[in-house]
Amino acid sequence: MINFEIPKPIAMSNNALETVAVNMMRPHSRYFDENEHEIPWDYINFMHMAMVQTGAGSLAPKKEKSEKPTEKRPPIGYQRLTFMLEILSWGDVGMYLSTPGGGLGAAAVQAAGTLEQKEKFLARFSGKKPTFGAMAMTEPQAGSDTSAIRASAVLDEETNEWVLNGEKIFVTAGHKSLIDSDGFVVVWATIDSSAGRAGMRGFVVEAGTPGVEVTKLEDKMGIRASDTASIVLQDARVPFENMLGSTEIVRKTSERGFKKAMATFDATRPLVAATAIGVARAALEYLKEVLEGNGVTIRYAIPRQKMTNIEREVIDMEVMLRSAWLLVIKAVWMADNGIPNSKEASMSKVKAGDIVNKITQKSVELLGPLGYSREYLLEKWFRDAKIADIYEGTGQINRLIVARQILGYTGRDLR
Amino acid sequence: MFSFEPSEEQKMLVDAINRYAKNDLRKLAHDADEDCGYPESTIDKGWDIGYLQASIPEIYGGFGDRSAVTGVLAAEEMAWGDLAGTLNVMTPGLFVLPIYLGGTQAQKEGYLPDILKGDWRPFTSALIEPYFDFDPRELRTTAAASDGGYEITGTKSYVPYADEAEAMLVFANLEGQTQAFILPKGVEGIEIGSRMKLLGINAYPVYEVNFSGVKVSLENRIGGPEGFDFSKILDASSVALAAMAVGLSRAAFEYSRDYAKEREVFGVKVAQKQAVAFMLAEMATEIEAIRLLVWEAAWMLDRGLPEASIQAYLALSGAVDMSMMVTDRAVQILGGYGYIREYPVELWMRNGRGIAMLNGLAIV
Repeated sequence: MINFEIPKPIAMSNNALETVAVNMMRPHSRYFDENEHEIPWDYINFMHMAMVQTGAGSLAPKKEKSEKPTEKRPPIGYQRLTFMLEILSWGDVGMYLSTPGGGLGAAAVQAAGTLEQKEKFLARFSGKKPTFGAMAMTEPQAGSDTSAIRASAVLDEETNEWVLNGEKIFVTAGHKSLIDSDGFVVVWATIDSSAGRAGMRGFVVEAGTPGVEVTKLEDKMGIRASDTASIVLQDARVPFENMLGSTEIVRKTSERGFKKAMATFDATRPLVAATAIGVARAALEYLKEVLEGNGVTIRYAIPRQKMTNIEREVIDMEVMLRSAWLLVIKAVWMADNGIPNSKEASMSKVKAGDIVNKITQKSVELLGPLGYSREYLLEKWFRDAKIADIYEGTGQINRLIVARQILGYTGRDLR
Repeated sequence: MFSFEPSEEQKMLVDAINRYAKNDLRKLAHDADEDCGYPESTIDKGWDIGYLQASIPEIYGGFGDRSAVTGVLAAEEMAWGDLAGTLNVMTPGLFVLPIYLGGTQAQKEGYLPDILKGDWRPFTSALIEPYFDFDPRELRTTAAASDGGYEITGTKSYVPYADEAEAMLVFANLEGQTQAFILPKGVEGIEIGSRMKLLGINAYPVYEVNFSGVKVSLENRIGGPEGFDFSKILDASSVALAAMAVGLSRAAFEYSRDYAKEREVFGVKVAQKQAVAFMLAEMATEIEAIRLLVWEAAWMLDRGLPEASIQAYLALSGAVDMSMMVTDRAVQILGGYGYIREYPVELWMRNGRGIAMLNGLAIV
C-alpha cells in the first residue's frame, strides 16, 4: 500500500536532531564559515558520543535490531540516515560534513571490502575518540572521468606491500582522517594503467602511513567548516590486505571491484541529495519567515493570474523542494528494500542539485539587501548550495546516468 | 512506514485500464481528435472497467471504498492512453463525486445507485467560467436566495455534454462561498451555446452555458441548507487532473524516447547526442518527481490530513509546468515530424497546455 507516513523511530529521532541543529550548529555557523581551517570540535565530540550508539556515521546503516527476533520489521536504515542528514544539513551542511564517522571511506569498505576488512577497518569509528574516514578519488586532471585516474599501486612481492604513488585533490575530511584522528582514506589507484577502470582498486591508507602527506587545504566558496584536502602519496606503502576486495582479483583485471564501489554511490547519492535538500529547506523557510514578518502572506490555491510575483516564486519553490525530497525518499526506500535504484538515485541527485541552487539563489534575490548581507545566514546557504550540483557526481554526470538508464544504453552508447 | 508499492487490487485495476488505454484509446485517439469525438462504445467500455464504481461504497451502488490514491493511479493510466478519452469516460464522476463527498443522504440515494449501476450516461458539472482570471473560489456565477429556493445567474464554459446531460451540477457563488446545485435536464432559463472549439481535447464535447435566473429548489442544493465544503471537491479535482497530466506526459516521454533511439543523425542515434539525452533525462526526472507529489497529496486527502489541500494545489501547480515542459520537448525531439498531426506528440503538447486551465473537468 502506498504510504507516506514517517516511520515512528525516525519521527522520534527527528526532534532530537533538530535540537542539535538549532543549538549546536546554527549558533556557530558564521564562526566556522569565517574561520575555514578551524575544526568544530564541540560539535564533533558531541556527535561522536551520540553516534557511537547508532553507528550511523559510516553512511552505511546498521541493520535495525528487532525487539522480537521473529518479528520482521521493514528495513529503514537508509531512510533513517536520510532524515538525519537532511536535518543536520538544514543546520549547517559544512558542519554536517565534519560529523565524525566513516563517511564515504567507510562506505567504500562496506561496499567493496571483505568481511575481514570490514571488521578490521570499521571498528575504529565506534571507538573512544571521534575518528574520520574519507574517499580520495579525484585528481588534478581527473574528476568526472574516473578512468583518467593516474595514481598507481605496484605490488612489492618481497614485502607483500602495495607501493602507492599519486596526487589526490578535493578529499573531503582528508585532513581529519589522516591528521586529526586515527582514521583512514580510501585511495583509488590503478594496478594496471592499460586496463582503464578495470585496473582500479581502493586502498585503505591509514593515518600515520609514511609517504602520505596532506599538502593543501582548499579555500572554498562554501561548506567551509568541512576540510577539503590535497594528498600526495610518494612511495607510500600499505599492507597487501589493505587493498579492498578479495585477493583473487589482484591478478585479474576485472571491473567487479570497481563496480561494487560504484554501487555504493547508488546508495550514497540520494543521501547527498538529502543534504542539499536540507540547505534548500533552510533557505526557503527563512525566506518565508522574513516575508511573514514583513506582512507578506502567501495565498495558496489562488489562480496564477491573481498572484503576486513573490507568491508565485514561493509556490514554485515549494513544489521544487517537496518533489525533490520525495525523489530522495523513494530512492532510499528502494535501497532499504534491496530494489536496484541506480536510476532513482541519480534522478534524486539531479533534482536536488538543481533545486537547492534555484531556491537559494532565488531566496537571496527576493530578500534584496538583506539577502546579500553576511549578517544573516542566507548568503552562506547560497554558497553552501553550489557544491551540491558538483560533488558526488555532477548534475551533468547524473543526467548521463539517468539517460543511460532510461535509454538502456551503456557508457559506450552514450558518452 | 513509507511504501511506493500499490496494492494488488490497485495493480489489477491499473492493468485493466492499461489494456483499455493501449487497445482502445491509443488506437482511436488521433481520429477522435480530428473527428471531434469518440465512438459511444469506446466510452462505454472505459466506463465498464468500473474505476468510479470501485470508489463508491455498496450502499450507494458501487463496490469499493473511495481512495484518492487509487483514483490517481487510475487517472494516470487512462490519460496515458488519451486525455480526451479519459475525460469522456470519467464525466459522470463530475456529478457523482461531489454528491458523494458533500451531498445529503437523500441526494446520494437519489442519484448515485442509478448512475453507478448502469451504463455510461451523461451527467455533468459546470464550474469553469470564461474569464482570463477564472477563480473557482471566487465565482462570477451567482446563486441568490429566492422564492424559498435559489436563483442561478451567470455564464459557464467548458461544460461537458451540456447538450445532452440528464442532470448537471452548477457551481455558483452563494454569499461569497462556492456551492453546488443540481439542475435536472430541461429546467427553464438555461441556454446552451454551441460546442466549443479548443486548442486540444477536441474529442471531448464541451459547451458554454448561460444561466438567467434559473430556479433551484432547496433540496437540490448539495448538502442541503448548510451546503457543503467545496474545498474537498477542488482538492479531488486537482489531484485528478495532476494525475492525468502525469499520464499524458509519460506517453509523450516514452514516445519521444523510443523515437530518439531509432532516428539516426550524424552516424549515431539521436538519443546518443547528449543534448537530446539530457532532455529525456530531465523529462523522466520531472515526471517521476511530480508523480510522487501527486501520490503524496492523494494519500493526504485519503488520510484527511490538514495539509492535504495545499499539497493538492502544489501537485497540480507542479503538474501544469511539468506537462508543458515534457510535451513541448517531445515535439522538439521528433523535429519536423513532431509538428505533423499524423504523429501523436503535437496532440499531446496541445493537451499538455490544457492542464493549466481545465481544473474542474476531472475528479477522482
